[in-house]
Amino acid sequence: MSEVRVLLAALGFACMSIKETFEKLEGKGALIGYITCGDPNLEMSLKITKEVARGVDILELGIPFSDPIADGATIQAASDRALKAGIRVDDCFRIASEIEGTPKVFMTYYNLVLQRGIDKFLSDCVDAGVSGLIAPDIPIEESDDLLRASEEYGVDLIFVVAPTTDDARMNRIIEHTKGFLYVVSHLGVTGAKDSLYEGTINFIQHVKTVADNRIPIAVGFGISTPEQVENIIKAGADGAIVGSAIINLVSEGMDDEGDFKRLRDFLKSLREAAHRA
Amino acid sequence: MVSEGKFGKFGGMFAPEILVPSLKELDAAFKRFCSDENSKKELEYYLTEFAGRETPLYFCSNLSREYGCKIYLKREDLVHGGAHKLNNTLGQALLAKYMGKTRLIAETGAGQHGIATAIAGASLGMKVDVYMGSVDMERQRLNVFRMKLMGANVIPVETGSRTLKDAINEAMRDWITNVESTYYLIGSVVGPHPYPVIVREFQRVIGKETRRQILESEGKLPDAIVACVGGGSNAIGIFYDFLKDMNVNLIGVEAAGEGLDTEMHSASCCMGTDGVLHGAFTKILQDDDGQIKTSHSVAPGLDYPGVGPEHVYLQEQGRVNYVAVDDSETLDAFEILCKKEGILPALESAHALAHALKIADEFKDGIIVVNLSGRGDKDVETFAAKRGVLV
Ligand SMILES: Cc1ncc(COP(=O)(O)O)c(C=O)c1O
Repeated sequence: MSEVRVLLAALGFACMSIKETFEKLEGKGALIGYITCGDPNLEMSLKITKEVARGVDILELGIPFSDPIADGATIQAASDRALKAGIRVDDCFRIASEIEGTPKVFMTYYNLVLQRGIDKFLSDCVDAGVSGLIAPDIPIEESDDLLRASEEYGVDLIFVVAPTTDDARMNRIIEHTKGFLYVVSHLGVTGAKDSLYEGTINFIQHVKTVADNRIPIAVGFGISTPEQVENIIKAGADGAIVGSAIINLVSEGMDDEGDFKRLRDFLKSLREAAHRA
Repeated sequence: MVSEGKFGKFGGMFAPEILVPSLKELDAAFKRFCSDENSKKELEYYLTEFAGRETPLYFCSNLSREYGCKIYLKREDLVHGGAHKLNNTLGQALLAKYMGKTRLIAETGAGQHGIATAIAGASLGMKVDVYMGSVDMERQRLNVFRMKLMGANVIPVETGSRTLKDAINEAMRDWITNVESTYYLIGSVVGPHPYPVIVREFQRVIGKETRRQILESEGKLPDAIVACVGGGSNAIGIFYDFLKDMNVNLIGVEAAGEGLDTEMHSASCCMGTDGVLHGAFTKILQDDDGQIKTSHSVAPGLDYPGVGPEHVYLQEQGRVNYVAVDDSETLDAFEILCKKEGILPALESAHALAHALKIADEFKDGIIVVNLSGRGDKDVETFAAKRGVLV
């Protein structure tokens, strides 16, 4: 199965790659929406995830981990709910495989990849149509095994740069990252913020200059409103990543069509902001 | 790409990108600090005049008579603050100052590392915030108050199992957010490189003194050294300078809790499997997906589902033997030391003593050194409750 997908992917038949997704937007900003798999349970998560997938350009699926050190209260709570509902890593692959038409990447912590086995994890990604992986606790120094395997399976390994990353290091990271470069907007963990941090816009402009169009850059951490999305795209980002704000909305309850409409409208406002800028 | 800080295949720097430059800066600063004469002198001054080093290597005549071998205790319980933890916190707080940091953050389980950080902070004039799981705050109430008395701010952690591992998660999140002004003063030989090395180097003073002292009193090295292993800092501290002495048996004692055949233990070396937790590739307690399990021990300082990577390396090399002692054996040893020697051990340290008493027969007429890593005032309430006594 996975050999067939690899072959199809190589021939360009499988779902659209991350690179192509950015290319097809022709300079418009991409909205990348994050949701934690299995929150609040498998059945609801599948419904919610499908809705989010329809409203974004790229879907970032979080595989919940018991000890998510790079995440703030919102994603911690979402991970807790999912794990309490008994979600397994297998379920996350199942959710991913049911989402069609939107490019998908996984975001999870390295231990879950290791325990599945790097090769199996990536070959399962290929089977489930997942085109990329973000592991926030794998800096380039520790990524040799994962890099080798991700190239073999054709899964984009997406690296992170932060305001503490100097230019020499940023250049090395840019040489290794595939799909896009994940730009952490400020010093901190994930979590919706009312306004952008001072310095975020400058940082985006700086990363854009260093990246020099070698790779699309997408900015995440703290982004929660259409206005923020618009501002970071205007500053030069190719994509905006929104996670906690979506989860905050969803965790208020998704009981009826009205709730789903609110989610749809929110994503629409974010995406319009990204595409407008 | 070159990865640093490995012990064989264990260790490493599995940390978010925000922290990587700071970890590298810390590594470089630590190397400078170690070769800086003024810094060395200052640390020695604090260890001697403030912490009360060197600590005695005490010969337990009553226990020795009863168990048929010479039992010595390395009295880290007599270090100011009541545990070996101050060796590390004084070292790292001075390092933090040397680096120009103004704020210390720490995690704590038993409260001993939190207290040792609070003490170092008060004495060196630095602001201290300590993260502590709310479960641990409840079972170590006295220590919470002691930290506050020393001017530290204690922040309850309500996530996950609300114990040590979650306190480390929160401390790391704080560090990620305040990395420029803040020094994360980690309490054991765990975490990403360079922490396992830094903490080991500051705890090696235990083994250096022990070596000198036993040669003075016995004219030879001991047959065995026994230490409890939570993250593993007191153990690596006493083992390290004996690693080349192959005739010295080194034994690390983990917490078997309610038994290794139950889920209620903290024995990562004995029962764990390879994985990444808190920035290091090491042995951890996890399910088959890789989710971290909740650990258990009657000794809160051992209640952690991981262990320092260097210990896993030493286990793999066969140099150190890792065993586990359960809650009930520990409580017995706690009582024995009180009754026979008039010394109140920490429940953590009582694990090491319990194992030493168990193997005394194998070392007839030999010498066993037990690292008595801390004193047990904090554990009296727990002991009483376990024995059904009201205090
Ligand atoms: C007295 C005492 N001994 C041992 C430990 C365990 O830590 P480590 O294994 O790092 O020595 C603790 C931890 O809090 C402690 O308080």
